[in-house]
Amino acid sequence: MIDDTQRAAPIVQASAKKKRGVAIQREVAVLLAMIVFNLIFTQHFVSLQTFNVNLTQVVTIVIVGIGMTLVVATGGIDLSVGASMAIAGALAPMLFMNIDGPLGIVLAFTLPIVAAALCGVFNGFLVTRLNVQPIVATLVLFIAGRGIAQVVTDGSLQAFTNPAFQWIALGKIAGVPFQILLMLVLVALFTWIVRKTLFGKFLLVTGGNEDAAYLSGIPTARVKMIAYTVCAALAGLAGLISISVNSSSDANVVGLGVELDAIAAVAVGGTALTGGKAYITGTLIGALIIQLLRYTLLAHGIPDAAALVLKAAIIIVAVYVQRKRG
Amino acid sequence: MKKNLPILIALAALLVLGVMRYEHFADAYNITSFWRYNSMFLLISIGMAFVIITGGIDLSVGAVAALASVVSALASPHGGLAAVLSGSLAGLAVGVLNGLVITHMRILPFIVTLATSLGAHGLALLLGHNDAVGISSDSNFAAFGQGDLFGLPIPGIVSALTAFAGWIALRSSRFGRHALAIGGSEEASRLMGLNVDRTLVMVYALSGLLAGIAGAILAAQFGAGQPNEGVGWELFAISAVVLGGTRLTGGDGSIAMTVAGVALLGLVFNLLNFENGLGFISLSAYWQSVIRGAFLLLVILLQARVLSGNNKVKVAH
Repeated sequence: MIDDTQRAAPIVQASAKKKRGVAIQREVAVLLAMIVFNLIFTQHFVSLQTFNVNLTQVVTIVIVGIGMTLVVATGGIDLSVGASMAIAGALAPMLFMNIDGPLGIVLAFTLPIVAAALCGVFNGFLVTRLNVQPIVATLVLFIAGRGIAQVVTDGSLQAFTNPAFQWIALGKIAGVPFQILLMLVLVALFTWIVRKTLFGKFLLVTGGNEDAAYLSGIPTARVKMIAYTVCAALAGLAGLISISVNSSSDANVVGLGVELDAIAAVAVGGTALTGGKAYITGTLIGALIIQLLRYTLLAHGIPDAAALVLKAAIIIVAVYVQRKRG
Repeated sequence: MKKNLPILIALAALLVLGVMRYEHFADAYNITSFWRYNSMFLLISIGMAFVIITGGIDLSVGAVAALASVVSALASPHGGLAAVLSGSLAGLAVGVLNGLVITHMRILPFIVTLATSLGAHGLALLLGHNDAVGISSDSNFAAFGQGDLFGLPIPGIVSALTAFAGWIALRSSRFGRHALAIGGSEEASRLMGLNVDRTLVMVYALSGLLAGIAGAILAAQFGAGQPNEGVGWELFAISAVVLGGTRLTGGDGSIAMTVAGVALLGLVFNLLNFENGLGFISLSAYWQSVIRGAFLLLVILLQARVLSGNNKVKVAH
């Protein structure tokens, strides 16, 4: 009996590894095809500027998308990420504009993310303790969260220039914006967490079959709680980056519609919305595919509105292809 | 019925508060303008209720309403009837597309309607050239949103008749019973010989059609087709349906309670306006979303309480 399971384990692992390779391959191929297309047909495509512009456009979507991938892996969804971004974005300027010196900066980075994480705890509480469906549970903060941010700021725009705080978005290391490096580090970190840690295994098993996971002793409630909390905290971080890029915080606008972009990136990136899978790098590639599509169309004079229609088609096709693959 | 009590009590409490506290709350003018404005939300919420009853979701209704408002504004030079019909048909077309993709490509409704909402928004922007499209002033189209019939607002009559028809359809028609059965168990319905795919396409088509009519009302009421309007309407509709005691797992639901849900969400805004009018306190319009969210939370908490009583068989988490 013990021998059997020991022998089976490496095989299961090997097949899982093989599957993962296949799952990402198609998305990578699409991305490469788009890059090749641009190399041939788009002028001035090969430049550091193009690279930076395209990547900075997706930073917030990818960072939110990482958290969304974790939540989706548990079989849930988080509609409130935009609201978490708005709350974090509303709080930060209040802190660094009223508290001088390094303390203000430190608080402006920590407290808003903690506040956002608390939104996640709230979501997680509704989902795990009260068994509310994730869409409904996160709908509460989707509606109320932005309202809270608007009430706190009275709906007015907070403009600022604070190089120390804005370094998170505007700072550059070797010509590459810091926010891009931060995004890549987060992608690497969470890829490692999902693939190599116990939490990652628990996450996928919880999403795969929650009742079975619970009966085999996995703390499914805690796993889901962590997923929602991390998702909201990452959304808070994305909110800070978003306001730093714009040098202003407007609770009406920060993170508006980001939940749909993040879900689209997750879906195009190969993570099934039924749960049990989590491709963090897939989410990065999914976001890049959508962004590059938009860039390509804009570079060839096709209006942004037409890009939306094509984006819709891409999402459907991508999910259909994944579904067929099973 | 027990789970419907919280919302009915909340609704009654708000109404009593309004009548007692504000002089003009029960005036005919307030009632008709409330009804006129909320008729759009009532229409999309009825469509959403049918979709949710089958266990699905339709995230595209807001963008579809925006698309339909642009289409009907563009068609308004050809007369009011043409405008209303073309707007409704645009909505119906997107709804049918949703239904066909969901049933034939077997993709989750959440994803499909998310994608079509992007597509419909893009199409609305393309048709309107990124701007609002004014409706023709010499057609009678504006009456569809602003006019009265027998002293009652025309959009209000349309939405009330739709609600009544929806209520009858869900209770007594083959379509309604099939929708409920599919929401209960799609597999069992299929095995019983129901034409699941056809019913699902009809449900999404209905949702699209009602969103299209709502879009036509939007254009007629505000004098322009608005490609950027309708953002978040789908979530308003979902919360109204949830407030009405319908669970997103499908299989049960009520049109009458959905009407109550729409009324509750609308009343929050209405009462806030009156309260500000009194001048004692000044709550900004931003409070309405906070209060709406709080109501949603309250109803969810109360429902979780009630449901936990009779759902103990499931594996405890």
